Amino acid sequence: MYQYDQIDQRLVEERVAQYRDQTRRYLAGQLSEDDFRALRLRNGLYIQRHAPMLRISVPYGLLSTRQIRMLARIAREFDKGYGHFTTRQNIQFNWPKLETVPDILELLASVQMHAIQTSGNCIRNVTADHLAGIAPDEIEDPRPWCEYVRQWATLHPEFSFLPRKFKIAITGSPQDRAASKVHDIGLHLVRNEQGEVGFEVLVGGGLGRAPMIGHVIREFLPKQDLLSYLEAILRVYNLEGRRDNIHKARIKILVKAVGPEKFREMVEAEWHASKDTAPQFNPAEFERIKAFFTPPAYETLQDEDVLSGRPTEFRNWYQRNTKRHKVAGYRAVFVSLKSPRRPPGDITHSEMDRVADLADQYSFGLVRSTHDQNLLFADVRQRDLFEVWKALKEIDLATPNIGTLTDMICCPGLDFCALANATSIPIAKQINERFDDLDYLYDLGDIELKMSGCMNACGHHHVGHIGILGVDKGGEEWYQITIGGSASGPDAALGQVIGPSVPHAEVAEIIDRILSVYISEREEGERFIDTVRRIGIKPFKARVYAPAHQAA
Amino acid sequence: MRQLIKQREIVTDEWRYADEDPHGRERALILPFARWKEERERWWLWDGRLGVRLGPTDPVASLEHDFLRIALVAIEFGGIGEGRGYSQAQILRKRYRFTGELRAVGKIQRDQLFYMARCGFDAFELPEGADLRAALTAFNDFTVAYQPAVDVGVAPLRRAV
Repeated sequence: MYQYDQIDQRLVEERVAQYRDQTRRYLAGQLSEDDFRALRLRNGLYIQRHAPMLRISVPYGLLSTRQIRMLARIAREFDKGYGHFTTRQNIQFNWPKLETVPDILELLASVQMHAIQTSGNCIRNVTADHLAGIAPDEIEDPRPWCEYVRQWATLHPEFSFLPRKFKIAITGSPQDRAASKVHDIGLHLVRNEQGEVGFEVLVGGGLGRAPMIGHVIREFLPKQDLLSYLEAILRVYNLEGRRDNIHKARIKILVKAVGPEKFREMVEAEWHASKDTAPQFNPAEFERIKAFFTPPAYETLQDEDVLSGRPTEFRNWYQRNTKRHKVAGYRAVFVSLKSPRRPPGDITHSEMDRVADLADQYSFGLVRSTHDQNLLFADVRQRDLFEVWKALKEIDLATPNIGTLTDMICCPGLDFCALANATSIPIAKQINERFDDLDYLYDLGDIELKMSGCMNACGHHHVGHIGILGVDKGGEEWYQITIGGSASGPDAALGQVIGPSVPHAEVAEIIDRILSVYISEREEGERFIDTVRRIGIKPFKARVYAPAHQAA
Repeated sequence: MRQLIKQREIVTDEWRYADEDPHGRERALILPFARWKEERERWWLWDGRLGVRLGPTDPVASLEHDFLRIALVAIEFGGIGEGRGYSQAQILRKRYRFTGELRAVGKIQRDQLFYMARCGFDAFELPEGADLRAALTAFNDFTVAYQPAVDVGVAPLRRAV
């Protein structure tokens, strides 16, 4: 894991001091509400429904146990005892006091953390595949590149006041687990015909009001050109992106307006024009960063049979919540934050402390957050799995549902968020109550359900196999359902709306009807998403909106 | 007289905008971009110092052949969210190697000054009534930075790039 040197450390400390002064000026009436708003947002502080919300950066989802313990402490001392992991692999706290935020930031800085650029119209946390470095199908570990880009993007003098927020994801596997095609920029590490590794560059993906899949504007970018090319993209966007309408300000709107081909020409022209003055690749600096991501000290082990003689519950957990590791004798273990007893992505301070203990004991002292709001122990010896399972089960973090319907992505919704039109946590609860039969969930297999409380799409509903979007209809909460979306791999797609929105109380029932169509139509071994792709949305629509006596 | 920050000091402005001094009596005149483009020939031979004021959508590239004559470029900011000026400044300083005064003007506040100095601005005309003395501290906001930049009046420590 990357460790700060003096420069990194000084930067976060100076940022704390700067923000402390900004807060002081605001509280003293020297900064207007509007001016302070722009400043606090670029430090992750929103004013929400009940209280401010502070979003803390977790670069590409990597956390040391020291950092997790600090997050636990912050939850305990400054919040109501819990935190919420987000789809940008960050964590947010829903109840801090505005005046105490500088103190929280100071504590974070002491463990090499910060809230820089977790909100505001700037370059946000760079995200990565949560299986980076351990996936058998990986071309190259994307995390050194994430850190390289993170540093470049931090307090960038030219790109800190963009038309709108800007999100970058980097992935090193063809199986895209970072939803990179719905990012402002998606970077894929690829190998060209000469066997060299470089980047495929996608631009203009995004969710929100106008969801779009990104366009490839460069099939192969040599690694050493990464920063100069990113600067060219950002400069074109900074100068040409719309600033007159917040809903049309993302880069995807610019790419769509001029067309991907024209946009590519604009970027290439800017890139050539600034070639002599753009940042040059510094191999020594990159190697310095890369050295922090060398594999941990794995033991030489064989894969072993860990299932024989174990209870079914453990076997289920093994099947769903652990993943293949490229090193023999190891597995990656998901820590499920999707138990039916908790809002998706939430974790308490005592659970965080326990997770830190377990990671120290079993997974080289590191924890990862995933973009679908779970945690991950990346490097667990297979022989330890049973112990890890028992320990996680004790604290309700072993729900064996990873990848299933109830492993939902869910935004905080109207319960917390000032933007939301409808609640999402109660819908998650409703779905959990309806689909509490694990055997049925396993029979349904891999399904990604994603839910947002408004069209800003923090819950990524457009790219859910099943997507749920909260809408406000005359003061009541209704939900629009989409199916057929996907965030991952070459098949990334936006879901299609199946029809008119449905009332709050009926959401789980509607999901059940959709699934019943899948059950009756699926071919042997076919996943839900593949059935939808094969038969289209019509049969689903027919069933969902059938008159009550037929639907029963 | 108008005060502004120039090279980290509070100074009295020697320049006038066209609407303040229509005949250029002070011999240091800042013209709006459109007017400069229209009346370029006439002003080229005038015997005073000339500056041009750019709005956020005015293309820097169209000044490419004017830098021999222009001693100042003022870039307008409509508010803290307005970010085009940072790119305009970078292009002026880096691509065209503009060495004259580069002034940020409009609704700017001290929290932006460090970024602006890194992009090559050396003069800051804050709104009337702003506390310039307090704003001077902004240049010390950071002593370190990651990116290579123009860095006028600030010299943050960087890792070798």
